[in-house]
Amino acid sequence: MSAQASAPWRALGLTNAEYELIVEKLEREPNRVELAMFSLMWSEHCSYKHSKALLRSLPTEGPRLVMGPGENAGAVDVGGGLACAFKVESHNHPSAVEPFQGAATGVGGILRDVFAVGARPIAILDSLRFGEPDSARTRYLLERAVAGIGHYGNSIGVATVGGEIYFEGPYEQNCLVNAMCLGLIETERLIRSAAAGVGNQLVLFGARTGRDGIGGASVLASAELGEADAAKRPTVQIGDPFEEKKLLEASLELLDEGLLVALQDLGAAGLTSSASEMASKGEVGIDIDVARVPLREAGMEPFEIMVSESQERMLCVVEPARVDEVLAVCAKWEVNGTVIGAVTDSRAMRILDGEDAVGELPVVALVDDCPLYELEPLAPTAPLYPAPPRTLEATGVADTLLGLLGSANLASRRWAFSQYDWLVGSRTVRRPEAADAAVLVLDPTPVEGPRPGIAVSIDGNGRRVACDPYRGTIEAVMECAANLACVGAEPLGLTNCLNFGNPEKPHIAWQLTRAVAGLADACRALDVPVVGGNVSLYNEGGEGPIYPTPVVGMVGGLPDARAAGRLGFAQDGDAVAVLAARSWAPALGGSELHKLRGEPLADALPAADLGELSALHAAVRRGVRSGALRSAHDVAEGGLATAVAEACLTAGRGAAVDLGPLEGVAGEGEPLLFGEGPGAFVVSGDPQRLRAFGDTVTVVGTVGGDRLELRTGGERVAVPVAELADVHARGLADLLH
Amino acid sequence: MRFGVVTFPGSCDDADARAACSLVGDAVALWHGDRDLQGVDAVVIPGGFSYGDHLRVGAIARFSPVMAEIETFAHRGGPVLGICNGFQVLCEAGLLPGALLPNTSLRFAMRQTVIEVQNTLSHWTRACAGGDLLSIPAKHTTGRYYASQPVLDVMEERGQVALRYVSDPIPNGSLAGIAGVSNEAGNVLGLMPHPEHAVDALTGSADGLRLFESVAHVLAAAA
Repeated sequence: MSAQASAPWRALGLTNAEYELIVEKLEREPNRVELAMFSLMWSEHCSYKHSKALLRSLPTEGPRLVMGPGENAGAVDVGGGLACAFKVESHNHPSAVEPFQGAATGVGGILRDVFAVGARPIAILDSLRFGEPDSARTRYLLERAVAGIGHYGNSIGVATVGGEIYFEGPYEQNCLVNAMCLGLIETERLIRSAAAGVGNQLVLFGARTGRDGIGGASVLASAELGEADAAKRPTVQIGDPFEEKKLLEASLELLDEGLLVALQDLGAAGLTSSASEMASKGEVGIDIDVARVPLREAGMEPFEIMVSESQERMLCVVEPARVDEVLAVCAKWEVNGTVIGAVTDSRAMRILDGEDAVGELPVVALVDDCPLYELEPLAPTAPLYPAPPRTLEATGVADTLLGLLGSANLASRRWAFSQYDWLVGSRTVRRPEAADAAVLVLDPTPVEGPRPGIAVSIDGNGRRVACDPYRGTIEAVMECAANLACVGAEPLGLTNCLNFGNPEKPHIAWQLTRAVAGLADACRALDVPVVGGNVSLYNEGGEGPIYPTPVVGMVGGLPDARAAGRLGFAQDGDAVAVLAARSWAPALGGSELHKLRGEPLADALPAADLGELSALHAAVRRGVRSGALRSAHDVAEGGLATAVAEACLTAGRGAAVDLGPLEGVAGEGEPLLFGEGPGAFVVSGDPQRLRAFGDTVTVVGTVGGDRLELRTGGERVAVPVAELADVHARGLADLLH
Repeated sequence: MRFGVVTFPGSCDDADARAACSLVGDAVALWHGDRDLQGVDAVVIPGGFSYGDHLRVGAIARFSPVMAEIETFAHRGGPVLGICNGFQVLCEAGLLPGALLPNTSLRFAMRQTVIEVQNTLSHWTRACAGGDLLSIPAKHTTGRYYASQPVLDVMEERGQVALRYVSDPIPNGSLAGIAGVSNEAGNVLGLMPHPEHAVDALTGSADGLRLFESVAHVLAAAA
């Protein structure tokens, strides 16, 4: 091993060139405290050094945008003087190493991002990816991650209203845990994180600082996972939702009382990141005395205090005259509140240990001067991923449908969401599995007349993005928008978490580049701004990269939540219809059915007509709002037959459906029944009112009875709804035990 | 009438409980550290995770200053409702018989449950009829009601078993399907399901309102 390979900066994740650049900027060697701070701020996790240039291509303007990327969370106007602040973030590597705490602190972190802008968190969603369910590791990670999410969200009293779970081999070692949070605030009360006012005091409040989570952002989050990761468990933080509940209430009371100049949460890279970001945005300097930081254990080194990722802490800037009032609010909520420093005009981060200066760094060097890396994308010429294992032998229509409904990716998620509180706050109008998107009423007070609401969905199908990163990502955005349309909501803003492998590898760089291009094009087609997000790279285990997984979270508005759509057939005698774009061309390549049959991934997905899809979504949205559509369900994983079956089993109602009118138009046989591709909805309603949908509507049957009867290609199958429901309900629990 | 809803550190459903009470009367917040009930006519101890469930659910909250006042209030016949964590606190405080143990599933579980009103002796079920079915969600990790058989026999005889799960029961293993119990005088009721989350058909059910209306009827009749 060369001297440089064992150098201290290498162990902290910096390259030799980066270290040399630091020496050049400082005109000297950094000391231990300074090196620790640089290593975190220049890590991929904090600097976005491989993705920043790409992310600039995303649209960030929109008519309802209130706060765009760059703050702790973005926000959109939801009417009535209210803004919805929201963001999604990953906690993948911590969850792969210690799933309970990793997932719990993922929820804790995203909650803090939302209340750091002053919004009261009202909902959580989670997007989870694991390996195949027959692996003991998958069952362990799933059980513990779901328990961790529930532990944190339930205990702090924020409803978990939705989410998704998928099982695919490439996530076996490197699971994904993405958490999204939404909060509400009066728009004019949003607070930013820029430090201001030389002489103003810096108050740290919340939990004490300990040795947990040291180097989480650099050592754990910005490198591939490997054999020795059990040894990285000390880099995973430990969450305490009780502490966070007090912190949340204290923060919102401080803002209500108008006591703060700026507020920022402590997340990755702890005090270092929070304070230097606040100084950077405010173009000021900050002095911090580590000797004043309340500690969990004696004898912590200054560098440890500066980089600790101990949870449940916030940092605020306060005018000197208001410090006593701030500390009184902290005392009321039984959280530590301590003045640890001040705002200066030095444009430097100065770290003191009592009387001694232990570090001094220009803010610009720390925050803005990290080198950005050009990606070197190269399209692969051979498949990057092996074919999945074959797990379904069924061939007939009925058996195939039952096999799909009971499969790991399509079966009911009741096992998971019955461990979550999806109602606290009393806003939940559409709970999990009642509709394609969760719906929340803005004001829970029951009053006569319209009840404005918001809808939210989180989506991302890694397998389809692996088939075709550009079109797969477009599909993820379109799927999310389609889900909102099914409840009658109009998209207002989007957040995303880009979960990818090692971007220094050309094929991963290609996936990332193409996916971001798809994300940008889809957002422009829908006229939806990206309000913020997160990038999680280096998601690779010993057996290769994860599927490229852009996870998209979208928030939409409903003028009246009383008219929110449902996915289940609502009334016997209603007509069943398919609303489809002309470009809808369901195909088996990259589908769930192909996956269950062990087929290799498709090497491309069909193109989608984004303008036509957007118009179709608008028609569905109008139909739901007017009541013309009494149910609406997006055709997604498992295709048309699965969507019809889900509309039956959700409502406990049968239907007689003849796909004849679609045959030859949208395909036939298995591609029509089980093929996937954007651009179709299964709806029901009064037959007269359905005619208003013109060319897009094809009536295919009638709601009623206790069986799903399906006629297709001269074949007729009938399955009792109770059997569909049973297979769907038991699927996940059976696979897990 | 005026309801007081307690807020402990870690209370989660206090705002929802205040909102539910305000549909029937006025609602004020009672702070855990204050020995002051602000002259309220009825007290609600809401759900949540008071003091982080540290030590044992409800065990720390029971010693908070406001609880001393609530005990006096209850002993004088003042109506007190404990929901979920509030029920646990009332059992810890000895205002209700029995105890709540961890669910047999050992997991947090949430369900929209249907509970049956067993009797209307309690101030909080007075506006219902025996046999009424209420659709009210339940959500907890520690909701298995337990009392020794002799205690339970006496409770059944006196009509203190106020509410039982009848369908889609939550997997908590509660003794005799008990969802809620009252004290002998009927002024104190504890239940695991959350009536404050069931006051609006838009979010699933308005059946929970009946409990809050019941106490208003009792107080109006006494006035």
